[in-house]
Amino acid sequence: MDVVVQLQRQLADHTASLFHEGFLNDQFNQLQQLQDESNPDFVVEVVSLFFEDSERLLNELAKALEQQAVDYKKVDAHVHQLKGSSSSIGAQRVQGVCIPFRNFCEEQNIEGCLKCLQQVKHEYSLVKNKLETLFKLEQQLIAAGGSFPTL
Amino acid sequence: MERNVVVSRRRKTETTAAKIDGFDVLPADSEEAHVLAVDDSLVDRKVIERLLKISSFKVTAVDSGRRALQFLGLDEEKTSSVGFDGLKVDLIITDYCMPGMTGYELLKKIKESSNFREIPVVIMSSENILTRIDRCLEEGAEDFIVKPVKLADVKRLKDYMMREVRIESESNMNKRKSCCDLTESEPSISSSSSSSSSSSESPLRAPILSSSAPSSPTPLDSPIRRLKMTPTE
Repeated sequence: MDVVVQLQRQLADHTASLFHEGFLNDQFNQLQQLQDESNPDFVVEVVSLFFEDSERLLNELAKALEQQAVDYKKVDAHVHQLKGSSSSIGAQRVQGVCIPFRNFCEEQNIEGCLKCLQQVKHEYSLVKNKLETLFKLEQQLIAAGGSFPTL
Repeated sequence: MERNVVVSRRRKTETTAAKIDGFDVLPADSEEAHVLAVDDSLVDRKVIERLLKISSFKVTAVDSGRRALQFLGLDEEKTSSVGFDGLKVDLIITDYCMPGMTGYELLKKIKESSNFREIPVVIMSSENILTRIDRCLEEGAEDFIVKPVKLADVKRLKDYMMREVRIESESNMNKRKSCCDLTESEPSISSSSSSSSSSSESPLRAPILSSSAPSSPTPLDSPIRRLKMTPTE
């Protein structure tokens, strides 16, 4: 039982810090509310889709910004998609970088765009890491016989 | 436990579940309302599908306006050999920004169709732009939801759908009782237009009386006024 309590605390602390540091916002809570016995893996599934989608978009963005003649409409479309999906799962910081990114696209400012690309990649890898840790803790907790509240 | 949204069937048809053209076709004999969700984002489709299912809707999710029209049987270019009559759609919820056909264009096509213009269409958008919202409402959209979509937004839709059902069944009730003496007073269904600019003249669209609502419909009861105005970033 001790292990369970420990894990529960770790999970609670980790989750709290994610919100406190602004990596996640309330939309992530919304997703957790959609998870139940009939759909026990819903959050992991959606977040996994987000990971796949984001990685694709980040690749496309890098490619598009490398071109001699940058197609800013295309870049903007990709950023718009990334902003949308990050917003849908509550990945607040990733979503946040997309806003100046779109502005730079409008200004056709290559320096600004490249900087934002670096920033968004950075934020993405941070939140990805932290979410993976979260899911790992949840798995450990379940394996140890415990359960976690789904808000 | 969520109550199922019950809708009366406007057309009586028989269908069985099948897979047609890549769509998962749902049996039409269920009591749950059937929503057609349109969004090009895979993540958003998954979320909206779950939001709707957990709110006791049946859901068909497609990734483009074109696919939505195909599903409805409205696509001029591709006429499916199988009729979709049995798959009654009770609500369409669509993203605004989509490559190819936008949600606005989809909305227009639906409202131009004699078969489908009565289906309420709700627009979702990540951008809270008043001119965009107005344009959609003018074109006949029922509601406009600012993304990210939350459970409360879907609940609002569900409440709206249940009121629609109540109007229809009350109106049917009135018709049945018309030849009998009425000993009780019945709630009057006001067909006076709310401040909505809906082009439909159907009385089903008017705000209705329910036991929990005030005795006379106010503009605030109109689904069209219940917009989620969230602050822009």
